[in-house]
Amino acid sequence: MGFMAVIGFAVARLRNLFAVVMLTGIFSLTAAVLYVILDAVDVAFTEAAVGAGISTVLMLGTLALTTSEEKTETTGGSPWALVLVVVTGCVLIYGTLDMPPFGDPTAAIHQHVAPYYLEKSGQEIGVANVVTSVLASYRGYDTLGEVFVIFTAAIGVLLIIGRPQFGRRRSHRMAVGELRDSMRTNVILRVVSKLLIPFILLFALYVQWHGDFGPGGGFQAGVIFASGFILYALIFDIDTARSLIPARVTRLFLALGVLLYAGVGVASMVLGGNFLDYSVLAADPVGGQHVGILLVEFGVGLTVAAAMIAIFFTFARQEH
Amino acid sequence: MEFIGLINYWIVIVLMMTGFYIVISHDNLIKKIVGLNIFQVSVFVFYITMAKVKGGTAPILADGITTYSNPLPHVLILTAIVVGVATTALGLALVVRIRDAYGTIEDDEIEKQEGES
Repeated sequence: MGFMAVIGFAVARLRNLFAVVMLTGIFSLTAAVLYVILDAVDVAFTEAAVGAGISTVLMLGTLALTTSEEKTETTGGSPWALVLVVVTGCVLIYGTLDMPPFGDPTAAIHQHVAPYYLEKSGQEIGVANVVTSVLASYRGYDTLGEVFVIFTAAIGVLLIIGRPQFGRRRSHRMAVGELRDSMRTNVILRVVSKLLIPFILLFALYVQWHGDFGPGGGFQAGVIFASGFILYALIFDIDTARSLIPARVTRLFLALGVLLYAGVGVASMVLGGNFLDYSVLAADPVGGQHVGILLVEFGVGLTVAAAMIAIFFTFARQEH
Repeated sequence: MEFIGLINYWIVIVLMMTGFYIVISHDNLIKKIVGLNIFQVSVFVFYITMAKVKGGTAPILADGITTYSNPLPHVLILTAIVVGVATTALGLALVVRIRDAYGTIEDDEIEKQEGES
């Protein structure tokens, strides 16, 4: 954790935005390692795929479209900002004195619903990974909401910079184009990525369907699946990758995933249960939960993958 | 000994304040978004730290294991990470659009242009 703090300070000081973005990638990886140490394997998985993968690529895309150097003369750094930050930090540290110590099993957070999930989910849901059963079943409403947020954010990106007439800059395109040319002619990159991409996609599918038993699920699978395509687009050609998955298809899947999720909820209502109560989907409740979770996770995976691909292509196409 | 149990929270706060400082003291919009991200990660770490139970393992049910860490914060943060990247992308899209409209991504320069027009 001390390592993370050091990176944080480095980010604050550096003016070269390219280095900053790279550091945030390392920062995310460190965070992922930390999550593993703290037993949150699902979270670590997501952080490693998202933080170190997709968001770094998006940040770099933005840098290519704008500028990679922060203005050098220091206007900011007013002492008041520092004072404010230090005072807030001291107040927060004062607040932590009332917190239960690290790892305390009697802490308030472990007394409420969590024991119920841990004891009952084995029988009620029949899924080994408690995180998955809480995510998709007990807290299905929350997750549906999250999927809608992703959906909305992707639509927002498409609306803001996705219009075809937009993107008339020339000067920045050159540098990016040269970079991509050098990547495209690099034999090692081409061969290795060609070998790796099928496995990345296969791994994404494994993560998708194995989420019931081990760490994994729709969110991680969607991100990994998207990163396979993004790798292809980075090393080969964005237009080739785009022709593989046209914009129409990503938009369709984007909506289809959300629709599948909400549709499962409506279907369980039609069959006589509550919204997103999967027990009625099959003859016995546990089987119904299984079907429900699989379908819902698939919906999540579809939306997340489509959203990430759509967002990436929207950024990437600006340079063309 | 009592204080060692709190050191994780303190590092979280240091990270959070670093992110906060970046957001309020830098004019560069991308830097601001990076600051927000650091702030966000610190909140994630905070939740996951709270979820840890001493002697517990990852919340995947298996025979012979009785102590698990709390799965609920994991669920919340798992979705929050993906939502976080989606909203970051939205923010970056706005930055690109701003750069297109003003030719700069420095906050003070944008305000200057706004004042002139």
